[in-house]
Amino acid sequence: MIINSRFFNRSELMGFIALAAVLFVILPLTLDVFRLNLVAKYLTYAFVALGLVLCWGYGGILSLGQGVFFGLGGYCMAMFLKLEASSVENTKIQSTPGIPDFMDWNQITALPLFWQPFHSLTFTILAIILVPGLFALIIGTAMFKRRVGGTYFAIITQAVAAILTILIVGQQGYTGGINGMTDLRTLKGWDIRPDHAKIILYFVEVVLLFACIGIAQFIRLTKLGRILVAMREQEDRVRFSGYSVANFKIFAFCMAAIFAAIGGAMFALNVGFMSPSFVGIVPSIEMVIYTAVGGRMSIFGAVWGAILVNFAKTSLSESFPQLWLFGLGALFIAVVLAFPNGLSGLWADYVQPRIDRLFASRKTKAGWTDNSVADGAPAE
Amino acid sequence: MLIGHQPKDFLLAVSGLTVSFDGFKAVNDLSFYVEENEIRVIIGPNGAGKTTVLDLICGKTKATSGSIQFRGKELTKMKENEIVQTGVGRKFQTPSVFEDLTVFENLEISFPRGRTVFGSLTFQRDQSVKDRVEEVAEMIFLKDKLNTYADELSHGQKQWLEIGMLLIQDPDLLMLDEPVAGMSVSERAKTAELLNRIIKNRSVLVIEHDMKFVEDIAHKVTVLHQGQILSEGTMEKVKNDPKVIEVYLGH
Amino acid sequence: MFGDYSIGDLGSIFVMQGFAGLILFSVYVLMALGLAIIFGQMGVINMAHGEFMILGAYVTWMTSNLFQAYLPSLFSGYFFLAMILAFLASGALGMLVEWGLIRHLYKRPLDTLLATWGLSLMLQQAYRSVFGAREVGVELPQWMLGSLRVTDSIEVPINGVFVMCLTVLITIAVAYVLYMSRWGRQVRAVVQNRIMAGAVGINTEKVDRYTFGLGCGIAGVAGSAFTMIGSTGPTSGQLYIVDTFLVVVFGGAASLLGTIASAFSISQTQSTLEFFMSGSMAKVLTLLAVVGILMLRPQGLFALKVRK
Repeated sequence: MIINSRFFNRSELMGFIALAAVLFVILPLTLDVFRLNLVAKYLTYAFVALGLVLCWGYGGILSLGQGVFFGLGGYCMAMFLKLEASSVENTKIQSTPGIPDFMDWNQITALPLFWQPFHSLTFTILAIILVPGLFALIIGTAMFKRRVGGTYFAIITQAVAAILTILIVGQQGYTGGINGMTDLRTLKGWDIRPDHAKIILYFVEVVLLFACIGIAQFIRLTKLGRILVAMREQEDRVRFSGYSVANFKIFAFCMAAIFAAIGGAMFALNVGFMSPSFVGIVPSIEMVIYTAVGGRMSIFGAVWGAILVNFAKTSLSESFPQLWLFGLGALFIAVVLAFPNGLSGLWADYVQPRIDRLFASRKTKAGWTDNSVADGAPAE
Repeated sequence: MLIGHQPKDFLLAVSGLTVSFDGFKAVNDLSFYVEENEIRVIIGPNGAGKTTVLDLICGKTKATSGSIQFRGKELTKMKENEIVQTGVGRKFQTPSVFEDLTVFENLEISFPRGRTVFGSLTFQRDQSVKDRVEEVAEMIFLKDKLNTYADELSHGQKQWLEIGMLLIQDPDLLMLDEPVAGMSVSERAKTAELLNRIIKNRSVLVIEHDMKFVEDIAHKVTVLHQGQILSEGTMEKVKNDPKVIEVYLGH
Repeated sequence: MFGDYSIGDLGSIFVMQGFAGLILFSVYVLMALGLAIIFGQMGVINMAHGEFMILGAYVTWMTSNLFQAYLPSLFSGYFFLAMILAFLASGALGMLVEWGLIRHLYKRPLDTLLATWGLSLMLQQAYRSVFGAREVGVELPQWMLGSLRVTDSIEVPINGVFVMCLTVLITIAVAYVLYMSRWGRQVRAVVQNRIMAGAVGINTEKVDRYTFGLGCGIAGVAGSAFTMIGSTGPTSGQLYIVDTFLVVVFGGAASLLGTIASAFSISQTQSTLEFFMSGSMAKVLTLLAVVGILMLRPQGLFALKVRK
């Protein structure tokens, strides 16, 4: 597919192998199901972070509303699961059997029209991709065609996140309100709650994550990836090279939205519920920090950022809840002030050169020439 | 006067062009015409509206009134990228190249193929692209710097790179805003040589202050003052125009 | 939805809701003024602005407690001192933050947004550790309680009138400082051309520091006013930050008049809608309207056409 460059250069290949080994082999072998399920939860944010690498790192478009798309994807999935869990025999004690429990509590007597299609899994899967995608398309078109960008765009997306949260919380009867959609049980009759299902779902998620990594890497390597970088620096020059800058921004934003939505859907499946606390301003901005910590320019860095920050969050907020907010706040500031390229930047600056030297010395010992190493150095 | 006489087809016909910024008319009822294969230089004191004229033609600024016809197409109603695609290229005053990309990638982005989202996803760096990039890189004296990141280039080299990015678009009308400003003497000479080579088979609209350079290349000179044309014609004619002398030598 | 009310009722409703909206308007204006100065003049997105406001609220709360405990005879006048202290405390913290954080980020506006968000998290946690997680309420002096009876069906609370008068005074003072004083000219000079302003002898670093301090100080005063309409908790400020940013953007960032007009229209819309539907739906509709209008007119309500 790619003509002139290999799909991964050497350091990227190492990153790929390392991540694959950790996610496919090491974690499943070493962690109990509960912990593995936690990792699955962290990884749902890695999808969002991956999208932000394209949109923010490459395209320079900071969206503070990724929770919106995460939420839309998650709610689409949760609606399907909730409907399946609300079969007539499961809900026969309700005054209206066959509708989700929260509707019954809110005196709703018939399934609302927009819930109807979520009886179908095919529709649900399409909706997970298309609803957030189209929503991003509308926002993106409205904003980017009018040359709204930068901080304005960030604020508007943040406002959208606020609006959606208030709407979900306010419309209890249709959305489950502040508690969200809980008690999700089966997917097409297959129980998603027992341990073996959680393990399978974990692997499904990791496979999907690698598929998304592949897509992101593909986009990065095409001319489109270079145009995103070019656009971030010299928007006018791109425009006066004959490109419609708005269309490229819309594309990046939509891709980020779709990645986030897949993450959201996997969240509903792995964690077993969905609530507005993953939609609003605070989770949206936390998703940005996962990306920033991992490295906004690095696809693998984003995944590590999501895992590590969430791991820190879980362990710190379990043992020192007070420290956590200080720590997170300090992390934001430190990343911005001291290492804007995040962990992957630190890796590239301090660890990678050592590894390279190690390889170089080993090859020399083995009687190889140093030239082969120099040639093998990534051109990009 | 002859029966059946058709008005001459200009490449670029600007007529009655006006733009006002919050009441201030930066360009005021401006009309001028550029022929095929003509090199036109716009001169004028600071604030005369020279850069604004280029901004208006390439769509960076929207006109308040008036028309800009390029090969019979009305540019004032088009978007910037559409104007580029009809064959108008623009170089900015300060070099604007993509510093995080290599010289090769800079030129490749300007190559006129795969300009849509889908097109750029499926764009292949095939032999014709490589050949053309190398050809242009040779013209702009950067052949041995194809894999250098643009932020490592000198100021003059960045100017050349941007000119190269325009060349690879192969525009019919090339607009250059002070192409030799900030260059060393030797770079200037090389740039003049470069421009003399690339202005074949196309029309060029240049803003320049360096009078020696203007005399070397201009077919016709337009003198702007306060958004209006003060004088127009050959360099010789313009130089001897009392109005021009007054503006340039102070009041 | 108007059917159940007589014309007279509706009139009273609009006046009373309108007045309730005016208190919201006051807090919006005070918050937005500070934000608009920092964003409009310096291009910095201060996500911690709500926390500066809350600092002002806590200072007011502490002052009132001190007066109650040690100077009960002067309690009726504590509020004026509290406002000044709130201004000074938030302003001083603002200058400290500008020195330690913001000045390193002037060329990276999106990064200031992230860094100040981090700052806001730390401040929230600091408030929680120092003042506790529970919300605190300020006791108002006797003369501020009660309400003015305008007609039989219309009553307006005195503290609301007070907050509004305060807002008007502060707005006039800010307008004076920015547009009339020598310092204001320096601020605007730095906005227009930082290098040139530096070259003609303006200490741009000092101007930046005081501008940021002033913006934060006004947020502190907003916090003082806020104590009258809501109780103060570590995260109370966060609830206002998006609204206030929308007020600033909707008004057209660099325009003081626009900020006031937009604060007025947003607060009035929300408050009027609140009478007819749930508070959350009123908020959704208001925010949707603002975002919708911004999509059609991204430059905001008041913006000049300038050469880019």
